[in-house]
Amino acid sequence: MAPNALLDVRNVETYYGNIRALNGVDVSVNQGEIVALIGANGAGKSTLMMTIFGSPRARSGQIVFDGTDITQMPTHEIARLRIAQSPEGRRIFPRMTVLENLQMGASLDKLKFFDEDVEKVFTLFPRLKERINQRGGTLSGGEQQMLSIGRALMARPRLLLLDEPSLGLAPLIVKGIFDAIRELNRTQGLTVFLVEQNAFGALKLATRGYVMVNGSVTMSGTGKDLLADPEVRAAYLEGGRH
Amino acid sequence: MEYFIQQLINGLTLGSIYGLIAIGYTMVYGIIGMINFAHGDVFMIGAFIALIVFLVLTTVFYSIPVALALLIMMIVAMLLTSLYNWTIEKVAYRPLRGSFRLAPLITAIGMSIALSNFVQVAQGPRNKPIPPLVGRVYEIGGVVISLKQIIIVAVTAVLLTLFWYLVNKTALGRAQRACEQDRKMAALLGIDVDRTISITFIMGASLAAVAGTLFLMYYGVIVFSDGFVPGVKAFTAAVLGGIGSIPGAVLGGLLIGFIESMWSAYFSIDYKDVAAFSILAIVLIFMPSGILGRPEVEKV
Repeated sequence: MAPNALLDVRNVETYYGNIRALNGVDVSVNQGEIVALIGANGAGKSTLMMTIFGSPRARSGQIVFDGTDITQMPTHEIARLRIAQSPEGRRIFPRMTVLENLQMGASLDKLKFFDEDVEKVFTLFPRLKERINQRGGTLSGGEQQMLSIGRALMARPRLLLLDEPSLGLAPLIVKGIFDAIRELNRTQGLTVFLVEQNAFGALKLATRGYVMVNGSVTMSGTGKDLLADPEVRAAYLEGGRH
Repeated sequence: MEYFIQQLINGLTLGSIYGLIAIGYTMVYGIIGMINFAHGDVFMIGAFIALIVFLVLTTVFYSIPVALALLIMMIVAMLLTSLYNWTIEKVAYRPLRGSFRLAPLITAIGMSIALSNFVQVAQGPRNKPIPPLVGRVYEIGGVVISLKQIIIVAVTAVLLTLFWYLVNKTALGRAQRACEQDRKMAALLGIDVDRTISITFIMGASLAAVAGTLFLMYYGVIVFSDGFVPGVKAFTAAVLGGIGSIPGAVLGGLLIGFIESMWSAYFSIDYKDVAAFSILAIVLIFMPSGILGRPEVEKV
């Protein structure tokens, strides 16, 4: 466990009512890394993403961001530390236009850098520019995904959490998004923590990876090592390709 | 024909007041999914504050211009009524957020009773009159329009324009709409949801306070129980227009105003409330989510 990690999740347990969803999870993300969390449906990946934001709140354990204990901090104050998330289910505001959704992403700076940043997002996802005045709820699934990632980028995050960025997207667009993440990481040093079912793409992209099974982290290592690991290959790569 | 136009004007006046109150119901419902049954009483409190301000003003400055007096009444009523509603939300509703849906609803009914009883004890149970503030009337082609009516419609139009701008064009309004559509996501973007909800209560109360001041000026009398009937009418207006929709609240308010004045003019005045509520029932049978309301289904 790196003592000076940007994000440090220590022995966290999260419950839904009486059901334990996270079972003492330890994960850390260092400045400038891309870290992937892979695992099957229902393993608790998205729960971990939301627990970092205190919604649901961790029942035990500790979450530290850049030296600050955020375990009990209100969700909006956690966001104000510049952690942004493109969450599970995308959560686009359905009755707001694409533009307004992006403006919501830039709320923290009161739109100070909006014009500059929105151009970057439009370079990344030109489709959003075409749809700028369309309501979020009328976009296709893939477009909503782009909007959700774009909205998270508008916050100028120090740590970007992406929950299944490849979900529902055509392979070419997935490649585009992964390329974009790599590019943002390389040029701007953006730290990314992403959850993926597309284990192959995610591990290829990531510096390091974690494997989650039934609410516990069972394996971790560099992306390359995990890709080569026979167990990972059997469970998430070969077995996953029907 | 003159008679019809006359009733149209009366309906517009009444409908403006209902519309201003209805916005408070519809916004609170939009953001926390709760019917704030105490909102009618918040309107009544607004009217009482305006009355007290009027009495203070006329005591301290014997000959204050009426326009200035009305303006001060309105502003002070807005501020203090907002303070009331802000406190109500903080004390009575916020602790129940996240509990089962009926809890805040029942609390709101209790709050309504508490507020009207408080005013009954503090101000006495009798009607409180004020002298007619604005007496001028104009006659255009057989139709009589009083200055009071013009003031009511004009103030409502100006406020609704400002309000529309606030909700649709400012960061605050955007945050409000975001909370209305997905509170959790709004929090993930750094929006303080509790604060946004407080501001919504403050905005609803300000509009209700203006409605209260206008009501006091129009009828020249207020009593502790006056929150109930206009409150229920405004609630009806919000449901008729489509609860959760701000344009719907205004439209519903105007419709209820028109129905009431037309029914009183051509049929029996005793049954005007029956007419308004019957039309509500009929509309809801054919359009369950109101005229401008949206169905609860969203694309996922």
